[in-house]
Amino acid sequence: MWRYLIPVALFVTLVWFFARGLYLDPGYVPSPFVGKPAPAFSLPKLKDPAARLERSDIVGELALVNVWATWCIGCQQEHAFLVQLASSAGLPIYGLNWKDDRSQALRWLEQLGDPYVASGFDASGDTAIDWGVYGAPETFLLAPDGTVLYKHLSPLTREIWSREFLPRIAAVRGE
Amino acid sequence: MLPLLGLPVMAVEDRTPFADAVLEQRYQALIRETRCLVCQNQTIADSNAPLAADLRRQIRQQVADGASDADIVNYLVTRYGDFVLYRPPMKPTTWLLWSGPALLVLIGLLVFARVIYVRSRQPLDEEPA
Repeated sequence: MWRYLIPVALFVTLVWFFARGLYLDPGYVPSPFVGKPAPAFSLPKLKDPAARLERSDIVGELALVNVWATWCIGCQQEHAFLVQLASSAGLPIYGLNWKDDRSQALRWLEQLGDPYVASGFDASGDTAIDWGVYGAPETFLLAPDGTVLYKHLSPLTREIWSREFLPRIAAVRGE
Repeated sequence: MLPLLGLPVMAVEDRTPFADAVLEQRYQALIRETRCLVCQNQTIADSNAPLAADLRRQIRQQVADGASDADIVNYLVTRYGDFVLYRPPMKPTTWLLWSGPALLVLIGLLVFARVIYVRSRQPLDEEPA
């Protein structure tokens, strides 16, 4: 009896792992910052290089930090939705403009609309590394105390917004 | 095919080596242990993704500033998690990962030994005439 049962059990276990592996996304690397304070940063503002955008400017209320660049195709896909969110979501969206060209980035915002309260201009990419960014677009949801509640990787859509962001926002607002 | 043979192995290197051979060796070892998250089956030593170049620059800077290997690994892991390391660290969630191959070999040997033992106790069949 056992001599048949053991191989069958091993086989079923292997199949279970393989089947699960089929549905995992290897491109998705969970952020170690979820549940931890958002990293400090200080960047020149995209629209006003003399002024700076810092962590203290974005904590205090629920906020989104969106990593974007004009070279990023996914950012183009989600941009219209971000513009919608800016007027309807009831929370500020900050931009982290990652390794971009300033004049191109400004033109992009002019042409497609600017959903951001402010964007930090990260020319070197060092701030993006501090935030564990590895592929734009990435969107962080920050709690009022600056804790990272969630990080989404890939273009935002209404469906993702309702499924991943709204419940977390409602939980913080106590709704 | 022929022109390819002439390409240097370190095609993506973008800097002058450290003057100090010890620092250079530590830098080389570190970038060979660090995964490029954009192209996940490459180390940042092999990858020419912009993020890999940024990470090399960071590691180079930190080595030059006198950070220890542990400091630098810690810097990477706090930002990108254990996945950034090519060799996953030994901890309870990875014990099976590290011991799995040895366990499988052991199971194989046990089965093999048992089969040999059982067969050795069976009388030999007579050769058909």
